[in-house]
Amino acid sequence: MSEVLVVVEATREFGVKKVTLEMLTLARELGTPSAVVLGGAGAGEALSAKLGEYGAEKIYAAEGEEIDGYLVAPKATVVAELVTRVQPAAVLLASSQEGKEIAARLAVKLDNGILTDVVALDADGTATQVAFAGSTIVKSKVTKGLPLVTVRPNSLTPTPAAASPAVEQLTVSVTDADKLARVVERVAEQKGSRPELTEASIVVSGGRGVGNADNFKLVEELADLLGGAVGASRAAVDSGFYPHQFQVGQTGKTVSPQLYVALGISGAIQHRAGMQTSKTIVAVNKDGEAPIFELADYGVVGDLFKIVPQAAEEIRKRK
Amino acid sequence: MNIVVLVKQVPDSGADRNLRSDDNTVDRGSANNVINEMDEYAIEEALKIKEAHGGEVTILTMGPDRATESIRKALSMGPDKAVHVVDDALHGSCAVATSKVLAAALGQLGADLVICGAESTDGRVQVMPHMIAERLGVAALTGARKLTVDGSTLTAERQTEEGYEVVTASTPAVVSVWDTINEPRYPSFKGIMAAKKKPVQTLSLGDLGVASAEVGLDGATSAVLEHTKRPPRSGGTKVTDEGSGGVQLVEFLATEKFV
Repeated sequence: MSEVLVVVEATREFGVKKVTLEMLTLARELGTPSAVVLGGAGAGEALSAKLGEYGAEKIYAAEGEEIDGYLVAPKATVVAELVTRVQPAAVLLASSQEGKEIAARLAVKLDNGILTDVVALDADGTATQVAFAGSTIVKSKVTKGLPLVTVRPNSLTPTPAAASPAVEQLTVSVTDADKLARVVERVAEQKGSRPELTEASIVVSGGRGVGNADNFKLVEELADLLGGAVGASRAAVDSGFYPHQFQVGQTGKTVSPQLYVALGISGAIQHRAGMQTSKTIVAVNKDGEAPIFELADYGVVGDLFKIVPQAAEEIRKRK
Repeated sequence: MNIVVLVKQVPDSGADRNLRSDDNTVDRGSANNVINEMDEYAIEEALKIKEAHGGEVTILTMGPDRATESIRKALSMGPDKAVHVVDDALHGSCAVATSKVLAAALGQLGADLVICGAESTDGRVQVMPHMIAERLGVAALTGARKLTVDGSTLTAERQTEEGYEVVTASTPAVVSVWDTINEPRYPSFKGIMAAKKKPVQTLSLGDLGVASAEVGLDGATSAVLEHTKRPPRSGGTKVTDEGSGGVQLVEFLATEKFV
């Protein structure tokens, strides 16, 4: 079976992101998965055990300052060279900002079609995408070149399949044109023990109804009790209740967790765009007519400042 | 500084949006078409740079005739002029072809700085800035939440999953911005009147030296095979809190095995 390249997403502390395991699981359906690690020195070896656990038969690593010290372009050059050399059956990247950006450059370099935000991919290259705020399901295909696809996090359940991959170090031959945008500093913000928003199985979000930044503690408390991530509606972010990187919606993150809990969120289209493909939706809002209740599998009409603390207490009791 | 802002006309994301049943492209005919919201932040950023450093701001739009409305709206915020790439052969162009056309137009305009929104609300594909930068061989600083210009040096804070990165490049460059970067101005009455007189140059594929076989549905590198409307979620149980709403909520979560 031919190789399927999976471009690895990992944290800077060499933690493999869940979407990578999902892509490896998907790649096994299409061919033989090879993981492509692009990062700081030592990344390939550091990530190899976990990648092998999910079926990576081979690992290609391009490491060091030439790769890590610049935005996107060097990574695309390395992957393009690899694609030309190994002629894979498909290339999978995560539908993250950087995943899409690497894919964008690959598409131009290889004069190849590109499909983003893919939630399923058949062996014949037919992809399923969800468009227009989750309202339309699209079947599509790359018609020029190989399937170059970015996969949306939480689209499938990752399953292990042990392999013992060897790490092949790639020769990095990036050009000066690849080094035009330099990363001078990386700043971690709000990094806690919570799962990452786009990857979390459970997301608890707060909206305008939360009232102020201090009250977001309630949202965080419920998220922590459920082991989930915290999100916020645009109204809450614009009002300064919570930082922008946690915004869920049309101009923010798209999430598709097993459980989405909306607290004090009316459910404007702006917000629905980012969450309505969630498996189970629960809402608490004082306005019984709020559109969020049209989506909710379970909704409670009432005061979130009474309902949420009571729910938190109940969860503690049951633990 | 010669700044070009990419502006896309999109179907209003607040209304029902569809793909056409005949050729599977975005239905723009029956939609209320507006400026892609994120592009207004790009225009604002360009105007701020012009106000601080001088220069000229040009709007560049690729789209059908009716995109003129969005171009005038963009101009009413304050840019100096606009270029509209319009050609029937462009209908149904994929992202790869679109980047080819925009890069050709940008090549003619000779921009020092290209600013665009980080994504459009219709496709949300996020690929255009890097595709254009790749074609032009210039730097791309994408996903900026803050941008500073010092002579020919650009420094941006790029939003990431974990926080932000400080990234830097020299002009010429492409910069894409999120809606956290500024607060776009409202067009003034004077601005709206002035926009009617501002020059809008139209360019065809022939003017850009791009063959029509490379664009449109026939030249597309990907194809939509079919599309269906997702069945609307049927509302579930809705209860009114009468003192035990929190407990009831947890009971539901327990039934679903989340607790």
